[in-house]
Amino acid sequence: MPTAIEIFKHLPKKNCGECKNPTCLAFAMQLANNKAKLDDCPYLSDAGRNALASSSAPPIRLVRVGSGKNVVDMGDETELYRHDKRFFHPTALALRVNDMMSADELGKKLGHARSLRFERVGQVLKLDMIEAECRSGDATKFASFVQSVASMTDWPLVLRCKDASIMNAAVAVVKDRRPLLHGADESNVKEMAAVAKGASCPLVLCSADLGRLADLVEMARKEGVEDLVLDPMPATMKESLERCTVIRRSAIRKTFRGLGFPIYLSTPATQEGTLMALTAVMKYGSLLSFDELPSAQALPLMVLRQNIYTDPQVPIQVKADLYPVNNPGPDAPILFTTNFSLTYFTVLSDIEKSKVPVWLQVIDTEGLSVLTSYSAGKLTAEAVQKALLASNAKERTTKGVLIIPGMVARMSVKLNEATGLKIVVGPKESSGIPKFLRSMNG
Amino acid sequence: MAEVPVPKEKWTGSIGEMELGCTEAGGGSRATVTVGGNKGLPFLSFEDGPRRKIALAGSVSDSLEDVPQAIRAVFGEDVNDAVSWAKAWKAKGADMICLHLTSTNPEERNASTESAADTVAAVMKAVDLPLIVYGSGHEEKDAKVMEKVGERAKGERLLLGKAEEGGYKSVAAAGMANGHAVIGFSNLDINLAKQIVILLTDYGVGKKDVVIDPLMAALGMGLEYSYSVNERIRIAALAGDAMLQVPMICDCTPAWKAREVTDEVPNAGETAERAIWWEGTTALAALLSGADILVLGHPDAMTLARKAISGLGGED
Repeated sequence: MPTAIEIFKHLPKKNCGECKNPTCLAFAMQLANNKAKLDDCPYLSDAGRNALASSSAPPIRLVRVGSGKNVVDMGDETELYRHDKRFFHPTALALRVNDMMSADELGKKLGHARSLRFERVGQVLKLDMIEAECRSGDATKFASFVQSVASMTDWPLVLRCKDASIMNAAVAVVKDRRPLLHGADESNVKEMAAVAKGASCPLVLCSADLGRLADLVEMARKEGVEDLVLDPMPATMKESLERCTVIRRSAIRKTFRGLGFPIYLSTPATQEGTLMALTAVMKYGSLLSFDELPSAQALPLMVLRQNIYTDPQVPIQVKADLYPVNNPGPDAPILFTTNFSLTYFTVLSDIEKSKVPVWLQVIDTEGLSVLTSYSAGKLTAEAVQKALLASNAKERTTKGVLIIPGMVARMSVKLNEATGLKIVVGPKESSGIPKFLRSMNG
Repeated sequence: MAEVPVPKEKWTGSIGEMELGCTEAGGGSRATVTVGGNKGLPFLSFEDGPRRKIALAGSVSDSLEDVPQAIRAVFGEDVNDAVSWAKAWKAKGADMICLHLTSTNPEERNASTESAADTVAAVMKAVDLPLIVYGSGHEEKDAKVMEKVGERAKGERLLLGKAEEGGYKSVAAAGMANGHAVIGFSNLDINLAKQIVILLTDYGVGKKDVVIDPLMAALGMGLEYSYSVNERIRIAALAGDAMLQVPMICDCTPAWKAREVTDEVPNAGETAERAIWWEGTTALAALLSGADILVLGHPDAMTLARKAISGLGGED
């Protein structure tokens, strides 16, 4: 991003105020902080606009694959570390099918792809794309295969083929879906870029050498293709981590345009391949393509992605509800905690450890922990009563006991008045719950 | 060919190197392992030395209250005896043993400090790997247990867990008096991690004798907090914060508390395999965010961690 002074040089310096800023310098400062748009200036020269548009473009280009509602956005990341702000576009996961598969095999694999869909803390975790690969070397066969894959799924597509003419025939069939084309290398970049340009599709560039990859970017852009994705073709986890890091850092730290694009990785169907994929979720992969993605590995991979791409400013929240733990009946007590996921998981696992049946009431505190939400006035006796009413808690247990976090013992009286339940003050730390519950029971 | 700018960070700090265990030449009776020493972010050979040692510790308990079923199953009869369990870990290639003296918990079996020290001595005699020793988590009792264990293992350079802000003096004293290193524990916060190192060093523990444990939250249970706290700790250390320039230990076994590890999940494969990946994924996040020592519960998860380390170009 250029500084305010660098931007100012390209502005008309009329100080007309039509951009709602008193002076051009003030406008430049707003631009430098991403608080204004270039279009707000009615008198900017074309030369100035071009100079500023290219230098103020995001360090990593946003590339969209797919069309309509079924799209995957990749890139437009601004950080090296999620704690500095956040990572924006979760790593997309694609499963690969090829045109030598029988209809039966294809149906099975797509069925498997569809089955990889899970719900977790209020979010849906799922596969994002299907990659159709040409192994037959036959243009007609590949085109009809792509046609049938497209007709069987709504997913955004990746088409994988090294021969530009075969690719061209296949793209023609699905170009409305704006598939990602994989890919161009030194042998075919011109031809492949022409196909991508003709169909207005994004294109993957492949090279194990990052300098050559930047050259390919230059060539593809000369042919008029701007929506590019980089495949640095790592053979090992080490190459994968290091190449992805160099690409991301050179784009963010050095604003090096030659590598300012999302990263595609194809990971082998081995344990090392899955470890490579997990590494890429944490370190800068935008799209991972799998030959195989076993169900038992897919869930950990998707949960890792969910964790890493969580906005550090917005904690994951659990749905406010009454949760049965250890098969509680009508004689089990109610225990409440907040909807901050970390608090909830800790409390849940400690109750489970006690083996004592409990109704766990989660209160919506906007994702704050117990003490923080109490201090912020989000955790009040009224809020607890409202949650108990909403979940019918008092009809599901007749014991009439509410266990409260020890940290908010001072809420006891108000809680008793608001809920009519007998209040029992629990331990201050969740780790004390097993002992507490067992002693309460015995 | 286009020239790609080398995006090397210019770090001014490095992580202290630490040797655990002690050979006969040094007056002990076991192998040593050297951890730490990093000059750059994990596994980036273009900014750090080419290879880096990560120690993988196998978790052993002398009482089975907190041991998950799947881990009992994989070790079979061996879990009933800390010595056999530690031997099994050595056979499976562990670099260290992490021994939890859970039997000493006064609210459960309340084993004596003497018997705890006997257990440690027996494990040391049977297995010549460097040893991490924890009490049961009961603060008052742990103070006595660590005192006894520290004395009994004098000269073996154990890693003693764990010193917390609320009570660190007894563990620190047990370490200082007998030449052991200590674990400074903090709860998911870079400032607290620094605070415990300051408290320990002010008390007299050498910085070369401190390992930090910033609490590794498992996959799906707050992993993102740990990942970022660890990463911030490591970056601050490399940027010159002396109090954070110590090796980091990450215990990945909380992964076994996740529901997905014990319960059936529709369309998510075999629970047993998913569980291994759950702990393995937690381990990988620890490695990439800065861990120098991993504590693992399941041997297959250790295999995954080892594959990850060698795949990333480190020394396992």
